Order: sequence, then structure tokens, then C-alpha cells
Amino acid sequence: MFDTLKARYYQGKQYIKDIQKAQMREEFRGFPILFEGESCDENICPTGALKTNPLSIDMGKCTFCGACERASKAIQFTNGYKLTSSDRNKLIVTPEVSYEYYLKTAVEAKEEIVKTFGHSLKFRQVSAAGCNGCEMELNACSNVNFDMGRYGIDFVASPRHADGIVITGPISENMAYALEDCYKSVPNPKLVVLCGACAISGGVFQNSAKLNREFLEKYPIDLYIPGCPVHPLTFINGILSYIRK
Amino acid sequence: MDKWIKTKNNTKLNLSDIPVLKIEELRDGIIELNHRPIGFFGKNWGFGLTRLFVILADDENGDLYVSSAMFSAEQKSYESLTQIIPAFHIFEREFYEQFGIEPLNHPWLKPVRQNQDEYKFFEMQGEEVHQVAVGPIHAGVIEPGHFRFMCNGETVYHLEIMLGYQHRGVEELMVKSPSNQLAESICGDSVIAYNTAYSNIMEILKGIEISNKAQLIRKAALEMERMAIHIGDLGAISGDIAYLMGASVFGATRTLVINSMLEFSGSRFGRGLITVGGVNYDFTPEKRNHVLETLSKVIKDVERMTNTMVKNSTVMSRLEKTGTVSEERAKEAGLVGMAAKASGVDLDSRFDFPDKWMEKLEFTKRGFKATGDVNARFKLRYKEILQSYSMIKKIFAKLAEYENEPLFVDTNMNLEKDAFAISIVEGWRGEVVHIALTDDSGNLSHYKIKDPSFNNWYGLALAVRNNGVSDFPLCNKSFDLSYAGNDL
Repeated sequence: MFDTLKARYYQGKQYIKDIQKAQMREEFRGFPILFEGESCDENICPTGALKTNPLSIDMGKCTFCGACERASKAIQFTNGYKLTSSDRNKLIVTPEVSYEYYLKTAVEAKEEIVKTFGHSLKFRQVSAAGCNGCEMELNACSNVNFDMGRYGIDFVASPRHADGIVITGPISENMAYALEDCYKSVPNPKLVVLCGACAISGGVFQNSAKLNREFLEKYPIDLYIPGCPVHPLTFINGILSYIRK
Repeated sequence: MDKWIKTKNNTKLNLSDIPVLKIEELRDGIIELNHRPIGFFGKNWGFGLTRLFVILADDENGDLYVSSAMFSAEQKSYESLTQIIPAFHIFEREFYEQFGIEPLNHPWLKPVRQNQDEYKFFEMQGEEVHQVAVGPIHAGVIEPGHFRFMCNGETVYHLEIMLGYQHRGVEELMVKSPSNQLAESICGDSVIAYNTAYSNIMEILKGIEISNKAQLIRKAALEMERMAIHIGDLGAISGDIAYLMGASVFGATRTLVINSMLEFSGSRFGRGLITVGGVNYDFTPEKRNHVLETLSKVIKDVERMTNTMVKNSTVMSRLEKTGTVSEERAKEAGLVGMAAKASGVDLDSRFDFPDKWMEKLEFTKRGFKATGDVNARFKLRYKEILQSYSMIKKIFAKLAEYENEPLFVDTNMNLEKDAFAISIVEGWRGEVVHIALTDDSGNLSHYKIKDPSFNNWYGLALAVRNNGVSDFPLCNKSFDLSYAGNDL
């Protein structure tokens, strides 16, 4: 008993007080800023996220590996971690887009979404060939540090209890059926969130013959959360920006 | 001609030096040598031929034995090895699935990653027997896989595990477009282990020697990865026995370890740290000191919490004698890594196939009192966390001697032609084996990966026998195997 209390005492308070203003370490590779006029080679990018004519980075493909940043002065990754967008095209960052501008425009919170899900949003997570990177980070969202539950956002076991699904992984042929089945089991109205480079674009697996990404063409996608893997702060803030005003 | 060519870890062979035998000869050779299989895979050899490569590991002496057999287009079967050495069961299943060459009298010839519709589950008859089907989508945020329990009331008679949902064609992609980023995404909880193995392979084939500094940084990162995941798993085991304080404390301490990794590399799992030719980010003295400070706090928390837990009788009653795998069964099924160690089979490729640092830094194997149950896997994790921490301290101290060395060296050379390279890296689950072949123009022609989970999934099936079905999550978490690493 005494030991238990002691162990508890040493822990103190672990939670991050304000998730929306949380400080990220300098070293984190987040939102990229691009500079026109510097030379760079787009072949250095393993996923084809970097384009040079005109210069742009597609955060939906980017693994934030930093290879282009090390090779060229045209790209600089900042520690900006709020990367979520409700529009696939806005994930493509050009030299004109600053982080401040991106934050203002990337997520369009619709009135009915805020009204319906603003206070409680339960997700069913489907790992469709995810490497366990995004899955571990999504689990971390619910730990004592990030404590996502305080905003009424949780992962639940049954799709019947869920308001939407969070997809990780590039969606393998073998998971295509189960994913669609799960989606159909979620009652309307429902959200679909793509989490991580693999889910958004196939990421490093985009050229694999073993994928089946038809699901994404069939059903509407609400939110794109970039990262490889997605940082818990990116995820929680992304969801909050969509369901809260 | 000799039946085998002997080699070491992190070396390359000329393809022409590898013996080509008849399958009957190779089979006899394997049975005669009776070492542990770490590679058993086919490659299309043109003109309808299939070449089967075999790598056996002699863990006591740190030797690897390589050989091969050629199958003609008409040869569609051979007498299975599994009948005599059960550890081959999963390797032979994989070979059959990929090349259609049937191992005759294989007792358990089922799909590994493909053709899930054709999977025939083992069924038991009886009034009291019922089946419980779980997955591919599970209750938590985890990877997909299907489990089928044959139960009598609450007791599990047998568990069958059907995987393959995660199959992304990794090995084909590694040949087409190999990259560090792809290697990191094969199994996202073992980023450092996989990326080190891949980088080793490319460096061997290019004939590059990386700097001491880069070697030590990779080694430290590998131990940090081990610490982080083990602490996370202690938390997950606590969560599965509803000991929530353990889940909270270990969860929070794991955050500190992975945030230290972020401090070094810009990613919580060390993505982007390792590259072919060295490492991308320096472990500077200031950062090392700061991280050591953090880790010493982590160790204190982990020690305090673990000791509190093991003194608690309600905790121990859940951990002890749950999900036991005996040493005999572990050996027979060919378990590796942590799962094997917990059952008393002392396999650890860091020590069995040591590099120069193991001796220089005086790292030695530590004994472990193995009982094969969840408790053993819990305590082994705790011991390994402490060991990794002491290794990190030594590695960081050694790094001070190489402050002026470069982080990476030039990698602008071609791959060796007609070569065969092997690299084994001990990830936190166990040995991660990468094998690559090149063709006569110096391009990768085949890439083979073996995750420790490939061997160990069957160990989980053995562990849950005669346990309550409600203890399955606890058994599962105590192994914490990879779906992505198995399915590739």
C-alpha cells in the first residue's frame, strides 16, 4: 500500500495542460517551408512528395524523413505539428504557403459537424496494413500525457458504437473487404479520417501491387492527417480543429 | 563439393561459392547438421528452375551455414523437413505458398499470407466444444489478424492464427525501389532494427566500412528502442490485468524515452536517423548528457513501479503460470528472441553473433531464471530494460572518443555483382534477418526478410492452450508479436 502511494506520488501530474498550445521540440520535422530559387533534386524523395517544377511538397505523401532538407536549402522542416487538412489538395505546400496561412485555411469546420460531434466523437480504428507506427501513436493519444478522452474523443471497440473510422496503412488487398465491412457497420452520419502518409497516398508502398485502395474512391473522406507516423499532438489537434469552432 | 559454406554475420558470399545440391542431399545435410534455421527461401532461377536457399545458425560458435538446392520445372514436391525438425514448419509453408513446391507429409500445410479463403481451420468434434472467432479487426488500436479458438467452456484447447492481412509486397518493393524509408516502414515498432539490418546489407554489398561513431550511434539507438518498447509493453501487460496505475506510469515513462529519441533524430521512433553509409544526426555531448539524465529518471520510475507490482499478490496471481511455454516446446517450435529466452532457450544474436563492440565495451550475457509464463516475459522485459540502460551509458561514454569522426561516408559505389549478403540484428523481439542477392549487373535480384514473429506466432498458439480464453489478451500482449513483420 505504502509502495503504491509512493509510486503514485513520484509520478505527479503527467498531462499536457493545453494540447492546443503544447510546445514541440525544435528537432521535430513538421510543416515544411519552401524557398524559391534554390536548386534541389526531386529524385531524392523516396515517395515522390517533392516536385521541383514548380516547387512543392505533398504532405500527403511526405514521410518527413528530412532527406530533401539535408540535400538542399530549398526545403526547411519547421516544428509546426498542426498539419491536418479537410481538403486533399491543401496538403500540397508551395513556397507561397506559410504555416500561419495553412493553419487558417487548411481545415474547414462545417456547422453541422461541429453541432453533431463537437462534444463527443467516438472512433473505430482500422489498421489496413499499417506498420504499427501510426497505431502506436494513436494508442499514445489516450495515455496519461495526451489524454485525448478529456475532449470527448475516444477509440471504441465496436463500429456500432462509433461515429466514424480512422484508417491507417496503405490498405492491402487482404484488408479491403474488412475495411469496407467495418465502414458499413458504422451508423450515419459518420466521418472518415485518413491517418498517416500510407493511408493518404500509399506512402512508401504506393507502387505495390498488393494494395487495393478502391475504398477511398467509393466513399467521402473528411479529414487528412499527415505524418509518418502521425504525432499524437498532430492527431488530437487535427480532430479538434474539425469538430470545435 | 562440400555440402555447406560457412560464414559469419554481416558478410557477403559469392553466389558461385554456395553449393547447389539435390534436394535429397540438402535435406540429409540439414538433418545431419541439426542447427537452427534462420533462412529457408526460394528464388526463381529462370528456365522454370527454382533455387532453394537454406541458412542455418550455429549459435554457440557464431557461425552461419549456407547451402542451396535446385528444383527443375517438373519437380513439384519433396519430403518435408518439418516431420523431423518441427522448427521448419513455417518456412516450408512459406516456400510452398510462393513456389508451389509441396513439402510432402507436412503436418500443418496451410496458407501463410495469401489465399485466406482456402484456409481450413483445425476443428474438434464434441458436444461441449465451441469455436470463438476474433478479427481481423480487433477491439483495440492494433494490427489486423484472425484468431480462431477451439474451446471447451472457458478453456482453450487450441488456437489457430491466420495472418496475411498486412501483406504489402514488401520484399518485391525492396528489390524494385530499396530505400531507408521503406525499410523503416516494414515494421514500425522496430524502426532501428530494420533500418540497421537494411543499411548493413547495402554497406556489405557496396564494400563500405562506416565510422565507429556511426556504429555506436546505431547501437545506442537500438538499445533505446528496446527500452522504449519494453516499457510500453510492461504498461500494456498492466493494462490487460486491470492494474491501471502500472499502465499509466509505464505509459508516461515510455513517453520520456521516445521523446529522447525525438531529441536525437526528430522522430519519436528514430525514423530518419540511420542511412546507408552511417547516420544522419549526431548524438552530441550536450544531447547525450540530457538524455542520460532523462533515462536515469526513467529507470528509477520503472524500478519503483515494477517492484511495487511484483509485491502485489493480485498482480502475481495473474502473471504466474499463465500462458506457459516449456523449454522443450520452445526449442521444438523454433522460437527466437525474447519469447525463447523467457522459456529458457538462450538466444540473443547480440551475443551469439557479436560485433567488435561487444568485447570492447565488455557486454556480457546475463542469466535469466526462465519459467516460460507471462511472469517470465514480464520480468525478462524488466531485466532487459536495465541491461539496455547500462549498455547505453557505456556506449555514450565510448562515443566521446570518436567525437571528430564523420557521421557518414561516401556511398556512391555499385553493389557487388552476383553476391549473397546476410545481416542479423537483434531487435527487441529477437533476431531480424535480412538477406539480399544481386544479379550479374549489380542490381538487387532478391530480398528476403525474416521477422522474429515469423517463428514466434506459433509459440503464442502453444502458450494459450489450457488457459482461459479471457487470458488470451494477456498472453498475446506478453509476446507482443508483429503482424506487419510477419505478413511483409
